[in-house]
Amino acid sequence: MSNEGVIYRISGPVVTATGMNAAMYDVVRVGHEGLMGEVIELHGDKAVIQVYEDTSGIRPGEPVLNTEETLSVSLGPGLLTQIYDGIQRPLATLEEVMGVFITRGVDADAFDLAKKWTFEPIVAKGDDVASGQVIGHVQETETIVHKIMLPPGKSGKVKTIKSGDFNVTETVCTLDDGTELQMMQKWPVRSPRPYRQKYAPDTPLVTGMRILDFLFPLAKGGAAGIPGPFGSGKTVTQQSLAKYSDAQLVVYIGCGERGNEMTEVLDEFPHLIDPNTGKPLMNRTVMIANTSNMPVAAREASVYTGITIAEYFRDMGYDVALMADSTSRWAEAMREISSRLEEMPGEEGYPAYLSSRIAEFYERAGRVETLNGDDGSVTVIGAVSPPGGDISEPVSQGTLRIVKVFWGLDAGLARQRHFPAINWLNSYSLYPQSLDQWFRDNIAQDFPEIRTQVSGLLQIEAELQEIVQLVGSDALPVDQQLTLEVARMIREFFLQQNGFHEVDAYCDINLQYRMAKAILAFQESAKSAMASGAQLNDVVNVQSRTDLMRGRFEKGYIDEIDEMVKKMTAEIAGTVEGN
Amino acid sequence: MSGKEYRTITDVKGPLVFLNKTEPVAFGEIVTIRLEDGSLKNGQVLDTSDELVIVQVFEGTANINRESGVTFMGDVFKLPVSTELVGRILDGAGRPRDGGPSIVADENADIIGAAINPYSRQSPHDFIQTGISAIDCCTTLVRGQKLPIFSASGLPHNDIALQIARQAKLKDSDEEFIVVFCAMGITAEEYNFFRSDLERTGALENAVLFVNLADDPAVERIITPRLALTAAEYLAFEKDYHVLVIYTDMTNYCDALRQIGAAREEVPGRRGYPGYMYTDLAMLYERAGIVKGKKGSITQFPILTMPGDDITHPIPDLSGYITEGQIVISRELHQQGIYPPINVLPSLSRLMGSCIGAKTTREDHKSVSDQMYAAYAQGRELRGLVAIVGEDALNERDKQLLDFSGVFEDKFLRQTRDEDRSIDETLDLCWTLMSSIDTKYLVRLDQKWIEKYHPENK
Repeated sequence: MSNEGVIYRISGPVVTATGMNAAMYDVVRVGHEGLMGEVIELHGDKAVIQVYEDTSGIRPGEPVLNTEETLSVSLGPGLLTQIYDGIQRPLATLEEVMGVFITRGVDADAFDLAKKWTFEPIVAKGDDVASGQVIGHVQETETIVHKIMLPPGKSGKVKTIKSGDFNVTETVCTLDDGTELQMMQKWPVRSPRPYRQKYAPDTPLVTGMRILDFLFPLAKGGAAGIPGPFGSGKTVTQQSLAKYSDAQLVVYIGCGERGNEMTEVLDEFPHLIDPNTGKPLMNRTVMIANTSNMPVAAREASVYTGITIAEYFRDMGYDVALMADSTSRWAEAMREISSRLEEMPGEEGYPAYLSSRIAEFYERAGRVETLNGDDGSVTVIGAVSPPGGDISEPVSQGTLRIVKVFWGLDAGLARQRHFPAINWLNSYSLYPQSLDQWFRDNIAQDFPEIRTQVSGLLQIEAELQEIVQLVGSDALPVDQQLTLEVARMIREFFLQQNGFHEVDAYCDINLQYRMAKAILAFQESAKSAMASGAQLNDVVNVQSRTDLMRGRFEKGYIDEIDEMVKKMTAEIAGTVEGN
Repeated sequence: MSGKEYRTITDVKGPLVFLNKTEPVAFGEIVTIRLEDGSLKNGQVLDTSDELVIVQVFEGTANINRESGVTFMGDVFKLPVSTELVGRILDGAGRPRDGGPSIVADENADIIGAAINPYSRQSPHDFIQTGISAIDCCTTLVRGQKLPIFSASGLPHNDIALQIARQAKLKDSDEEFIVVFCAMGITAEEYNFFRSDLERTGALENAVLFVNLADDPAVERIITPRLALTAAEYLAFEKDYHVLVIYTDMTNYCDALRQIGAAREEVPGRRGYPGYMYTDLAMLYERAGIVKGKKGSITQFPILTMPGDDITHPIPDLSGYITEGQIVISRELHQQGIYPPINVLPSLSRLMGSCIGAKTTREDHKSVSDQMYAAYAQGRELRGLVAIVGEDALNERDKQLLDFSGVFEDKFLRQTRDEDRSIDETLDLCWTLMSSIDTKYLVRLDQKWIEKYHPENK
């Protein structure tokens, strides 16, 4: 047996080869054109291969070459600002080589191997270095220092270390045992990168979206699922998160989605400014775009490519956020491959291992102590596209079993143009308990209590609405009518947020808290005014409340809101008759 | 290639032919099958190995027996393309149907089509005026977009598609579209309707028709849209035309896909449709767009009929996940005698934001569109309430909104089949209709537009 075999069978993206020495997940080159593929099953002499490129025109009898490497990503300076396809080929390079249409049989380096980076060592000759330890720094972009680490498993005493400008394949450091280290390392995408231990998350990922941060917070190192039918705003939500969340790095995976939408992201991101650093957003972003019509096997690989890159930056001690839009397309790719393999299907034709694959993927999220003792995290936010919006289907269910945050998008809300169309009644977050301390220490002592009050009001509103449907709101007692009015204020003033508005798109967490307090202040003052005889209509229609609500579209709102609340409570108190 | 004929058919099942002991056959290779009476059928290789080759036969497998001769043509399916295509009518497999000569190929294009590199795409931003108010105002069409019509049997989706094909143009421009029309499994009557309309308006000269009718082979429908899109890509990206592709009916296409899946004994997904239907549909829909460095564009208007008016059925559902919005046709409005019966509430154009505003349509467009939508949505909701509590129980605001919803349908939606409203006319009409509502209730309108455009202030 050698590492060369011949094609025996071709069925769409699945090719069977014989006469080849192969191990599971070996990367192979298929046919005269050398299409990239991966071994996914072995039957005696036969190796079943999923091919990452279109297979039409390939014939039995053509050669297959085993590279004897597993599917890996290249990791090193040059990753940031890149836009890759599912198997880490830069789309810009593909355009240069193939033109605007993606043809096949082209290999491309993940980043410029010739480019010189300035390497500043932080260890010296004779130092003992351990697995994962940082040996030097490269200022990769304005905002991000790329830390060059010993690959996991390597350790020893530094024999030589250089300083200066090198490309990623030049040796910058040698160890006593002769190991040569370069700035680039490779890692197989299907194996999680090692770490010392996982911590419980205790810091929120602040996203600037009120409904998320305030009601359903996600922790750094946590995992969230966003299911929703088409048109409910999954992609807009994911993009807002990519733009505004306070992660230090973002990996955005467009998995099986629309080409034009990806283009919009690609056009827009380079011009956006990160609100946390004031620098271009692209500086902290790696993008992976495998649109719905690009080869299905590469779509399957794209989420692994993305998360491996995320883990690599985590190992440097960064907080990384990964968005996968949409994990349903990834699951469908698995289903397609599985059905070509004639595997016994589980639910709805998905393979029986679907839920364990989903679980394994989300389990790669987490806040960890890295091999070098630093603290880093990967937060995973996966969009789910359930058919017909019905989340009883296997992908949604497999996701909900594992994630701790569920942001349920709702077609009804989207139709009412309530954005973000996240349903506040069925969404949940299991993190508040572990995050409340952070909110108390950093925002306000009573933050959790205010949250409980706000979500309580929304709950009561839902119950009252059922009655209103039957008898109309005029039939309710005035105190309940006030509750409805307060809840409406929560919905329209607080929960609704315009993701395209230059000011409203990002809301500071401190401001979120004050806005929530403002609503409760309205409730309090209205209650007491009405107890003294004021009319509900007069209380609701005070001009200062409208001003308060409109104010959120103005810059500098955070400095004025307290004053506006004072004005409002005074005006409401003035509505009591006889005053 | 060899051109050798094999008589090694072992099984025939549904649209599939199985044969063994062949030369190495390429995946996707084109096949001709010669029957005993000398007639020919065409097919394509679906699965190939040293021992067994599975061929999908486009014309159906009637009369194929074990004596039939199978020849492999050595190449994947290609369509001869040239500008001669314009003005021609071809059948579902790309052969002339209008009695004219064969197409003299400028080149032979692979019909599967390669994916456009997302990095090489250009974001669509040119407003297309369709002359239909509901579309122009509320679900604006953009050049390079794929915007399906979600309809159902018995509704006038064909009239709407034709009206769009006739009237679509860039604002303030006479530049015309080349229409590529792709019929999949529609009736001869429907086809004649399309054809005579295109003839009547002279649009046929600027159109290419690919026609697979209801009594043509079902399996052929798998390639018909691919041919149409290959022609469209050639015209758009090689010859700089702006192309509008209308295909009808996607439901028939998906049913053909299901038929092949079933014959191959594949594990079915929802409602028996194959698990790869999403990818398959994406390979069609994603062939819309504009690419850097090319002048032309492809805009797609797929029409699909929702079985049982059910928008969660796999066909509209998967389509909705790929396309950039949808135009939903409503049976209720149709029964009220309103044409075009477009329900703007579930309709959506995802690219609308990039093509409306002062530079392209008019500065007040976004504001007007939001307000029209909101007022109509509220008015419609109130109809339900009125049914229970009666109109007298409504307050002044609600009464105005309720009345507005009627006016919206009667004056805004309703227009004749040849009425071509410019975007300015449409927006002015919106202002006239909205003036029936007290300005203080029009909260989504910007104050500065009220001052400029409200009839009271004009």
